[in-house]
Parts: sequence; structure tokens; C-alpha cells
Amino acid sequence: MCQDCGCGDPEVVPVKVQQKILARNDRTAAHNREHFLGDGILAINLMGSPGAGKTAVLEATGCALPNPKKVAAIAGDLATENDANRLIAAGIRSKAITTGQACHLDAELVHRSLHHFDVDGVELLFIENVGNLVCPAVYDLGQALNVVALSITEGEDKPLKYPTMFMKADLVLLTKADLLPHLPFVNVDAITDALARVMPTPRVISVSARTGFGIEAWIRWLSAERTKALEKFEVYA
Amino acid sequence: MHEYSIVQSLVDSVGAAMNATPDAVVLRVRVEIGDLSGVDVDLLTTAFETFRDDTCCAQAELLIERVSTQWVCPACDRPIASGAILKCPDCNEPARLTAGDEILLRQIEMEVPDVPGLRLR
Repeated sequence: MCQDCGCGDPEVVPVKVQQKILARNDRTAAHNREHFLGDGILAINLMGSPGAGKTAVLEATGCALPNPKKVAAIAGDLATENDANRLIAAGIRSKAITTGQACHLDAELVHRSLHHFDVDGVELLFIENVGNLVCPAVYDLGQALNVVALSITEGEDKPLKYPTMFMKADLVLLTKADLLPHLPFVNVDAITDALARVMPTPRVISVSARTGFGIEAWIRWLSAERTKALEKFEVYA
Repeated sequence: MHEYSIVQSLVDSVGAAMNATPDAVVLRVRVEIGDLSGVDVDLLTTAFETFRDDTCCAQAELLIERVSTQWVCPACDRPIASGAILKCPDCNEPARLTAGDEILLRQIEMEVPDVPGLRLR
């Protein structure tokens, strides 16, 4: 009841909440993260436009690794299981998450898929997100690192157009590098300049899934990051 | 368009906050959305107006406070403009984001029926 005069009118009460709207997703993501690092797994959230070459980079990674059994992948796709099937053919243990209409993966989808996915002995888990430069950036999945695949054919100013996605990236893979000699108007310096305006610590590795260029450097980066992430986890565990 | 999924989470959060007062009517929901959050405020409003029917927010108005992006040098606190190279020109330190990534539920305003002794903060 009205506290001022007792008139009987209902009272309008402001209730302070001050919480993240995606707090529930973040809690599930934290749970996933604990499982990953506790099991010695470096989880990578691999994002990028449709056709940026995410699956192709993973295929090349599977082929270049001495022991592909230590790698697994969860591939998000709106409608098909094609990417997961391609990765299985490349020797990578893989599972598809078909999202239907959803334009991104969330922590719950990843969590549910892990319940039916054997990751025993896995050291690297790639979570290939739905091809999209907007929505996936908003959702924590429990990954240790975000990697964005940006193909050199996509336009030099892509990072400026999608700052949230690139701001959150720990590494940008500049894919389809073998096409560069055929693209006289693409200036790689302009791409790195655009990245430096949206990423406080820009890290870029140029790769070509077709020729294998840069794949060794990418694998070295993954290995070093896994060691760092597991050391950090043990310190805080 | 992930704004529908954000609205789903928002309505769930409001519903959870209303557990103690199930008969209250939510009049206004105040949120903070950062310019670098990846959430489009117009789409969020459209999604809210589409989705609120048959939820605890059916009669609620969504009030969105936009938060501008702020980058600063973590060493000397010098502000670094959006769109500039994100490294302090003095200290060479990578810039740190201090505002602009918020996706926050701040406040719910509700009409509480006559319940003697009920006090909410």
C-alpha cells in the first residue's frame, strides 16, 4: 500500500538488480571452462563469416598434426552436418550442433553436446561457431581463447565494421593467403591497421589451407597457448 | 539476430527477480547497453515488444540507456579515442576498455498490490 498517506493505491517500487542479462549463459560457460581446463583441453571458439575458411583451416590443421587424435571439433551450423563430416574425413573427431534458426552457439548448446561426445585424450577442442561476424561475439561458450578467421578477400575494413567480434579475438587468422598474388588491390597493411584500431593487442597469422602456408605457425601458437592456459588454471585452481 | 535471445534472458531475469512478489506488475525495465556490446538497441526494442506478450513483462516498457565506448591507457589513464590505434602513444601500453561492453539489467519498476508489511528496496 502507498506508504505516504495510506490511500490504498498500489505502490510503484523500483528494484535495483544490476546484473548481466546473460548471467545464466556466463555461469554455464564457466562450468564448461572448468571442465575443459580441468581435463587438460584448450578450447578455441573459432568464429568468422560464412565462407571465411574456418572448416578448411581445421582440415589443414588435422592433416598437419602428428597425432590428430588429440584434436576434436564441435561444428555449429544452421541446417547441415557438412562441416562436421568434412572434419571427420580429415581425421578429426567431430560432432555437429545444428542450431536451426539460431545465428550463434551458446554455452548451453555446447554443454549439451559435450554430454554425448567423447573427448578423452583430447588436448585441443575447436568449437567452430556459426558463420556470422555479429552474434557469436556476444556469447561466452567457456572457451580459453577466441580466434577469428578473416579471409583476405573479405575487405580490408571488415574489422572496423564488426569491432565487437575483432575486439574479443585473441588471434586473427588471415585465411586464403595463397590468393594474394591474384588480388592486386588488397593491401595486407590496411588490414593490420584496421585490426590495430579495434584490438588492443592485435595478433595475426596468415595461413593458406590449400598450400599449408602458416599452418605450422598456427599449431605452434596453439601449443604455446595451451601450456599458458593450463599453467594459469593450475595456479588459480 | 540474437536480440530475441537477449530478450528471452532478460524476461527470465525479471521473472526470477519477481519471485518474491508474484502479484506485482512490471511497469518499466531499465537496461544498459554498451555501444561495443554487439547488441543493437533498436532491434532489442523490437524484440522486446514482440516477445513480452504472455510474459511477466507483458505491460512493461523497456528503457535503454546506451553506454559510450571508453578506452584508456592502463598505465597513465590517458583516454584513447574510438577508432584510433588502441595503444597509448606515451606508454606504448595496449588500451583497456573501461566502458561500452555492458549488457546489463539495472532496475525493475513494479506496481505492488496492497500487501501490508511488504518492503522492497
